[in-house]
Formats: sequence, C-alpha cells, structure tokens
Amino acid sequence: MTPDTEPRLNWWNRMANPGQFVAWTTPLLWPLVILTAVLFVLGFWFAFFNSPEDYQMGDTVRIMYVHVPNAWLSQFVYAIMSVSALGTLVWRHPMADVSMKAAAPLGALFTALALFTGALWGRPTWGTFWEWDGRMTSTLVLLLIYLGLVALWRAFDDQLRAARVIAVFTLVGAINIPIIKFSVDWWSTLHQPASVFRPDGPRMPMSILVPLFVMFFAFTFLFLVLHLKAMHTEVKRRRVMTLKRRLAQGGPA
Amino acid sequence: MSGFAAMLRRELRLSLRGGGDVLTLVLFFIIVGAIVPFAVGPDRTLLAAIAPGIVWIAAFLAMLLGLERLFRPDHEDGALVLLRQAELPLSAIVAAKLIVHWLVSAVPLLLATPVLAVLLAMDLDSFGRTMISLALGTPALAAFGAIGAAVTVSIRRGGLIAPILIAPLSIPVLIFGVGSITSPQSGAATLFLAALSLMAVALAPFAAALAISSAED
Amino acid sequence: MTDRQVFSPLRLSASGLSCGRGGIALSTDIGFELANGHALLLRGPNGTGKTTLLLTLAGVIAPLAGSFAAEGADPDTRWLHYCGHRNAIKARLTVLEDLSFWAEINGPTGMAPREALAEVGLGTLDGLDAGFLSAGQSRRLALARLLVSLRPVWLLDEPTAALDTEGHALVTRLLDRHLGMGGLAIAATHDPITLSDPTRLGVLQLERAP
Repeated sequence: MTPDTEPRLNWWNRMANPGQFVAWTTPLLWPLVILTAVLFVLGFWFAFFNSPEDYQMGDTVRIMYVHVPNAWLSQFVYAIMSVSALGTLVWRHPMADVSMKAAAPLGALFTALALFTGALWGRPTWGTFWEWDGRMTSTLVLLLIYLGLVALWRAFDDQLRAARVIAVFTLVGAINIPIIKFSVDWWSTLHQPASVFRPDGPRMPMSILVPLFVMFFAFTFLFLVLHLKAMHTEVKRRRVMTLKRRLAQGGPA
Repeated sequence: MSGFAAMLRRELRLSLRGGGDVLTLVLFFIIVGAIVPFAVGPDRTLLAAIAPGIVWIAAFLAMLLGLERLFRPDHEDGALVLLRQAELPLSAIVAAKLIVHWLVSAVPLLLATPVLAVLLAMDLDSFGRTMISLALGTPALAAFGAIGAAVTVSIRRGGLIAPILIAPLSIPVLIFGVGSITSPQSGAATLFLAALSLMAVALAPFAAALAISSAED
Repeated sequence: MTDRQVFSPLRLSASGLSCGRGGIALSTDIGFELANGHALLLRGPNGTGKTTLLLTLAGVIAPLAGSFAAEGADPDTRWLHYCGHRNAIKARLTVLEDLSFWAEINGPTGMAPREALAEVGLGTLDGLDAGFLSAGQSRRLALARLLVSLRPVWLLDEPTAALDTEGHALVTRLLDRHLGMGGLAIAATHDPITLSDPTRLGVLQLERAP
C-alpha cells in the first residue's frame, strides 16, 4: 500500500526522470551516428569489394551481409524488450516503458527486413521467394508478435497504463518464442527434409567472417541509435500529450 | 476453498444462463467446418485428408469467439475492481474463470465434433485421434485466450485486437494438435500437446491476473 | 459509546498524496488522518478527483506522489470494501445468489445474506433476477455487500446515488452502525450526511490541481 519512497542509486534515479534521461543521453547521439556511419561504410566496402564470391551462389552471397545482421536483430530487439518489460514490472522504471514502446516498431522493421532479404536471397538460391522452412516460418511468427505488440500500444488510450499490461504480454511472448521455434522446427522437418543452405559459422573463411562481423556491429549500432532517438521522441510526445490535456482541462500549460 | 467453489458456481450460472451463448459457439464451430467443402470441393479423399486441420481451425476460431465474455462483462459493470479486493487471490479467480470457460466452450465443441467428422468424411481412427487431440489441446487454447483477453480487457474495442495477439501464441497448439492426428510421429506430438496445455494452464492464471491488476480501472 | 467494538485499532494516514490518471494530477498534496470510529467526507466539484482518490486508496491506481498507510491493518487479510459508482450486479443472477457469491468470495464474516437483504430493504426480492431491480434497488444491493463481510474500512463513491429519502436514511444508519463498531469510512458524496454523532465526521475539501 505504501509507495516505495526509499532513495535509490543516484544514476538510477537520474535515469528514471525522462527529462534527465534525454539531457543525459543526447550528447551520445551524434557520436553514435558517426560510429554507425563509419561501420556501414567499412562494412559495405568489405561486402562489395573485398569479399569472395561464393562458388555456388556467386554474387548473391553478398545478401548475407545484410540478411544475417537483420535476423540477429530480430531476436536481439525482443531480448531488449523483454529486459525492459522486466524493468517496467519489477522496478516500475519509467524509462523501461519508453524503451519497450520504442523497440516494438524497430523490432518489426528489422524482422520484416530479415524476411525480405531472406526472400530475395531465396529466389536465386532455392528458386522460390518463400519456403515454409523452420527458420523463415518462426521469423514470420515473430513478425506477427511484433506487429501485435505495435497494435496493442496503439490501442491503449493511456500509455502509462498500457506499459505494465504490455510488459506482461511481452514476457508471455518471450516464454513462448522458444516453444514456437521448437514446434515450427518439428513441423517443418516433418513435411520436408532440411535442405536449406546454412552458413555454419566456424567453417566460414575469414574473408567472409570479417565483413559479416563489421555489418553485424553496424546494424546493431543502427538499432541503438534509432532506439535512443525513438525513446527521445516518445518522451517528447508524452510531454506534448500531457500539456495538451492540461490545457484542455483549463489549467496553465 | 469455498470462495473458489463460489466463483466456479457463479461463472457456470452466468454462462449457462447466458441466453444461448453455448449453442452459438457450437453452431459457429459446425458452420466453419461445413463451409470448407464449398470452398475446396466435395472430393471425399481431399476432405478426409484436410479434415483434422479444418476441425482444429474451427475449434480455434470458436474458442476465440467465446473470449469476449471471459473478463469484459466483469470489467464493464465494475465487478473486476471488486474481485481484486476479494479474499480469494485474483489468480485463483482467473483460474476458476478459465476452468469454466473451458467447460462451456471446449466441451460442447468436443461433443459436436462427430457432426463435423461425418461431414468431412473422417474415418473412425482419425476421428478418435481428433477427439483426443482436441481434449488435450483446447486447455492450451483457452489459456492463451485468457491471457489475450486479460491484456485487452481495458481497451474499449479490445475484442478486435485480442485474436491478433492470441493467434501467434497458439501456433504450437495447432501444430501439435494436428500433428497428433496425422503425422507419423503422432505419439510425440500428443505428448508435446499435453505438455503445452499443462504449461499454458499453469502460467495463464498468473499472467492474466498480473495483466488485469496492471490495467487498473 | 456503548457500541461493541469489533475492529482492532487501525489508523489511516495519508500525506502529500497526489493522484490522477494518465500522469495528470487531479488533486495534489492530500493529507488526512483517520482513526477507528471516524468517517471522512470527500467534497469538491466534479473533476477534482474524488473517485480517483478513492481508487488510489483502494490500491487500484498507483499514487503519483506521497504515501498512504494503514497502521494496524492485518497484511494477510483484505481490510477494505470499495463501493464504486458501478454496482457490479449480474442481471442473470438472483438477488440472493449475487449477494451470497460476494459473501463467499470476500469471506462470510458479517451478516447472513438474507439478513443483509432485509436490512437494506430488499428482503422480499431475494428470488428476483437482479436485472429487474431498479437503479435505487441495485444501489441497495451493492450496499448490502458491505454488510455480509466485515471489513474495517469502507470506501464509498456516491453511496446515495439513485437512492430515495428512505435510502439516504439507510446509508446514514449503516454508516452510524459501522462507525459505532469501530469501523472507518471515507465517502465521496454531494449529498448532506448527518450522523447521530457529528464529531465522528470530518470533511476533506478537494480542489482542482493547479
């Protein structure tokens, strides 16, 4: 019944205030943008000019440098959302709400990109845009979960109240995703033998691994930049909403 | 425990006096199943091959339809706020609602399955397997549905968004449910289905109670 | 006071309480102390957050700032009744079924349901489907819930809404007896309430948040 009023760690407290959070993290934004841009330039240079063609797939292997980082992000973003959901439910941290909300559309975007690049890659490699293969299918289900979360955020009028409810659903999804993955793998091996090209990590030569790693970091930093900016936007959007409502109620803005 | 029994009794009374809700669900289930032959043609071998999938889709849709009455009426007339003040924990209240929801929506579907089996040219063996797989799998459908209904209870038109949330979660139920009827590894699928139901039913009351108490008034 | 004291000592105290919805404070810096046998009336024009304050005290809405504590409350049992402006009555249950359900789920520690129905003036209607009750009768049924389970704190939101003059007297009588038993009550109402012992009654005037 008694609200928690004990003092917490200083940086934690400072992070908990949305205004302070924005003020604190804004200086980080430009350096991160520059870092991301440098990584992308480097990564694309490697990917286009300094990595070998595949002896079977030729130039199309280069799609991998975009596809694999996106596929990684599609899961990494959900992990970020789940940690934020814990932050919302357990510590009632206001920025965790914002982080959760900002991550959902980005997760949907990267998952959609992973599917899209996968389809582009699949056409010349397997001869079809879409195959009901285990990985693609579970990525599709993941995309549906992301889109459901985005729709859920939009359906709530009161975003503060929405956060805890959506956090519950995010965590239920986090428990379910491994089960979905397992069931889909079981299902797809049942209907067709696993015949999909799989870039098994350790056996790849360094000339492919290096550009892959650079692109991997480039996309991860791209997500971090977009996420941070989206969080700032969300903080500002909430402030505008509050002011509007206060104005509508006849109070001073 | 008398509180739990009282909750079960109240929910049963409300559902059974609900003016034909149960009948509506059963009719919906049969109609979804019966409409498929019009779309794919009356070929008996084809129908028999896809019948397990059709029955599961029809059951999934019918159970979605019944979710609206799980928490929404209590939310709208203010009972949900009072239930949160009850001596009985909210998770137990949700568990009672879940049990009754399964009894009044899944059990009638099971009883109506013979009708679909005849219409879809199922043989006796796959009919028996279908009954077992529906009996084992519908608790998981009900549990995921309860989570979706709890998450959307405070949204004014949450009935539209709940299926979008529930469908991805229910994919494993459909996979193992149909798998336990048709696949060569049906034994394994049946076990997975039972495990999934156990897990979902154990998790759902707590997740749904947390969602409801987070949704505030 | 000759009344039997049923409830153990309990002290409600709020300080610097600020409550609202959607992050907007409706009322700020609310403070009060309430001890056994006393009631607090919340007054204030519409939109000053009376309902929100009651829901905050009931633990349904988290306070934006400040604290609210109940000293002496048994943490293992529920110690408050909330009676909101919605009556939470199921049209398809009979009056007695509805009340008995709440008695069992909240703990049948108070009056027997039939007795409580007679008390609120619904004694002859116990077999009627609750959907046929009028607005005032529904309100009486909602009030009967307070009687079937003994809880020391009552949070009442417009308890006299839709009630006739006799109903107003009923609310006063119920409050009188509850306070006499050592209970506490916080009520938001626009109607005048006169208790037999006016010293038991405090008033908290809510202002629109600046």
